[in-house]
Formats: sequence, C-alpha cells, structure tokens
Amino acid sequence: MKNKILKVHQPNQKISNDRRQFLKLSGLAMVGTGLLFACDNDDDNNPTMPGVFDLGKGDLGVLNYAYALEQLEADFYTKVVNGSYWASASSIEKQVLQDLYYHEVNHRDFFSAAISAAVGSNTAAKLPTLEFNYGSLNFGSRDQVLATAKVLEDTGVAAYNGAGKLITDPGYLVIAGKIVSVEARHASAIRTLINPGSADFAGDDVVDSITGLDRALDPSDILAAVGDTGFITTKFTAMNLP
Amino acid sequence: MNIIKFLDEFTNESMVEKKSSRRDIFGTFGSLSKKAALAAIPFGLGSTKTFASTTAVAADPVGALQLALTLEYLEDEFYDLALQSGVITDANVEKVYMQISKHEQAHVDFLFAGLTQAGVTPVSKPEFDFTAGGLFDPFNTSNPDAYAQLLALAQAFEDTGVRAYKGQAGNLQGSPFLTAGLQIHSVEARHASEIRRIRGLKGWITGKERGAGMPSQTQAVYDGEENVMQGGLDVTTLGTGPAFSINASTEAYDETLSGDDAVAIASLFIVA
Repeated sequence: MKNKILKVHQPNQKISNDRRQFLKLSGLAMVGTGLLFACDNDDDNNPTMPGVFDLGKGDLGVLNYAYALEQLEADFYTKVVNGSYWASASSIEKQVLQDLYYHEVNHRDFFSAAISAAVGSNTAAKLPTLEFNYGSLNFGSRDQVLATAKVLEDTGVAAYNGAGKLITDPGYLVIAGKIVSVEARHASAIRTLINPGSADFAGDDVVDSITGLDRALDPSDILAAVGDTGFITTKFTAMNLP
Repeated sequence: MNIIKFLDEFTNESMVEKKSSRRDIFGTFGSLSKKAALAAIPFGLGSTKTFASTTAVAADPVGALQLALTLEYLEDEFYDLALQSGVITDANVEKVYMQISKHEQAHVDFLFAGLTQAGVTPVSKPEFDFTAGGLFDPFNTSNPDAYAQLLALAQAFEDTGVRAYKGQAGNLQGSPFLTAGLQIHSVEARHASEIRRIRGLKGWITGKERGAGMPSQTQAVYDGEENVMQGGLDVTTLGTGPAFSINASTEAYDETLSGDDAVAIASLFIVA
C-alpha cells in the first residue's frame, strides 16, 4: 500500500543533495513513502497539521525526534534477531546484532521515560508508539539486513550530530553525546562485517577526508530520507524543527 | 611525565597571555550564547603559575578546543610512528591505521585552523613519549610485544578521545564549534570500535572493563563507564530482560571524561 507523501515545505537544493547522498548510500529497495513529512521553521507559530502528531519544538522536539529514530532502530533489530539470517549467522555476527538490539531497545525505552518525565500530564506532547512496515526487506538475507543496519546506524550518527546544536538543556546534550558515540561504534562494527579488512569502518563516504568530520544532518534531511524508506507507517510531522 | 609543566604551558601561554584573543573568538563568530560568554570569564587562571588541579582545563570553548588539539596531536603522532615502525605486518590492520592516521592529521589541521581563525594561538605540540617512561616499547620491531602494545595503546587513545570530546560538549554548547566537536567525537568512536574489534573485544565498553590484554595503566580510561544513571534514571529499571542488564545498560551509553582526567591520561605520554 502506498501512502501519498505530503510536503508542506519543499526542501531546498542543498537538502535534496544531502538526501540523494543518503539514498545513494543506502542502496535499499524502497518499500513506499509512508511518512508524512513536513518542515517549516520560518515562523514561531508552532505550525501543526490537524490530527497529525508534530514532534514539537526545542528540547522536546529533539527528544521526540530521537525517540522516533530509536523506535525504528529497536523495532528493526527486534525483527533481525527473530529472523532466519540471525538464527544461522556466525557467532560474531549474532553477538553484534544481539547487542545492537539490546542497546537500541534500551535507548528507545530511555527516551520514552525521559519524554514522559518532561511532558508530565501533557501526554499528548509525547510521540506515540510508531508502527513499521519493512515491505519486501528480507530478514533472511545477510546482505539486506546488514545494509539496512548500516544505513540506520550511519543515519543515527548524522542525526544526533546535527541535533546537538538544537538542544538547550546541557543534560540532554550530554545524554545525546553518550548515545551518539555508541551509534558510531555500531556503525563501525556493521561496516566491518560488510567489508572486513577495509577502511569502511570510518569510510570516506561518511567521514570527510579533508576535515576528518563525520556527517551532521538536520532533522528535515534525516526524516525525508527515513520517510523515503517507508519503514515508518505512522504519520507525524516535524514542522517546528529545522 | 611532567604534568605541571604541561599544564603550565597549556594554560598560561594559551589562556592567559592570549586573553584578548580569547575575546576575539566571540567577536569572530558572534553567535555565542550568554551562557558560553559567561563561562569564558577566566577563573583565576592568571593568578597562579602552578595550577590547581581542579582548574586544569578552562571550562569554555577555547579550553575545550585546546584540549582537543592536544589529544589529536598525541593520536596523530602515535599513528604516524606506528605506521613508520614496521611493527604492523598485517596489511588489513595497516589499512585501518592509515585511515585513522588520515583522520587524526585532519583533526589536528582542522582544530589548529579553527583556533587560529578565531584569533587564538593554538597550543603547541607537546613532546610525546609513547613508552610512557619505559612501560611500553610499541615501535620496536625487536620487542615481541610491540604489536600488542600498538593495538592496546590505540584502543586507549581512541576510547579516551571519545570520552574527552563528550566531556567537552557542555563547554562547546552554544558555540559555533559544538557541531564540529560532535563530528570529530563520532569519528573517534568509529575508530575505537574498529580497534577494539581487531583486538577481539566488542566495539563497545562493558561496565568499566578495559578488556583482555589491556595494561592496568589504562584503567583510568574506563573508570566510570559502569554508570547506569542517565538523566536521573537508572536505565536498568526501564524494563526487563537482557536489554536492561547491567552489561547492556553500560554498553549502550558511553560516559564523559573531565578535562582534568583526560589531561591526566594524556600526560602519561607527555614529556614536556
């Protein structure tokens, strides 16, 4: 089933380039375009669309954003460790993927608890539990599982790196830092599983050869790319984040 | 291992004499928060030559970047010497060291240029001793332990780098350098994971384990990693099952290292 993608704000050329880079990196079969994605931070009127959850602005918006990404990762690895590739994988690969599953579930439930604490009685401000659909992605295929894991981990790194500047509370910034380096450790391990004995763990496709800097992308770039995968079927918007 | 001398140079030359330059960094970039501007007020650095250990690294963007540059100098020289030593005979490991070396050189150049453009004199490159006063002999092909030491030191440096950058995030918050700092931080974490996995460990840190084969002198790199309190929440209580075990809960979050602790670790390898 294909859902119509709605764009309230057309991404500019730079974003489109970043997005193409992401999609090129992914090498994934796109299963649809389910995510309603919108971006408009040109004013302070807290724009929303009726009946559609918006991540919100400021620290809460970033927490909800991180929660969405961690929900996706946790769900993906839950399916991985229940899939046939994992069941017959080498002991090393089994352990790596099981650890990633544990870590992402922990991250997801941390954000759930942190957001609940932050919003108090205003529970409508917390991103709901999302639903996912991986389409034709074959969890029995080592290549497909690892390629998707690579995209998700690299995306997590670029997302947290780009979100740091949006965070006001120093405590949240440190926690984001504690998580992003673990995502980067994951990305490195997955990349080496895919291409052992190479420089891919911190490859030139993600770490700039001249500056030595990893990627940092805005929520709009990340969510556009994630939306294009169609993995997240629950609609939400990010109209108050850049 | 003259830490006082190192700190003296680190702070007095770069922080105090360049006080006016310190202000330039804010003028140049002009978008710093009030918090960062307030944090930039020197806290008694000029009043003492030898330095209280509690104020070794200035809690502001310049202090953070100078510390980062010092650690990058250390890593950069380490990988250069490692690649020149002939100790690495595994072509795949050499490939890894070359990629890391390229990044550490880039980080040195990036931080040096960033500080310079901001009107601050970058801290000068210390003189390093990777034997740590005779504890190790990592570049000596006739030392049968040299290869193991090369890998162990790389692990210690990368895991330290991850923690040290994370520890400076608060000092970079509100400054134009925060994002770049994060972008270097995640690269160090990619490096750390790879080196750890080459050594047969997990890419992530369990509890405060330094891991098999790591010299006891590196324990300071891992102390504190056993923390399970995140944002006031004990993450082992968030749910049930192995995802919330002590092991998974410590692996899932890397911890910070204070500037002073990072300097203390680096100073093991600094002669002057």
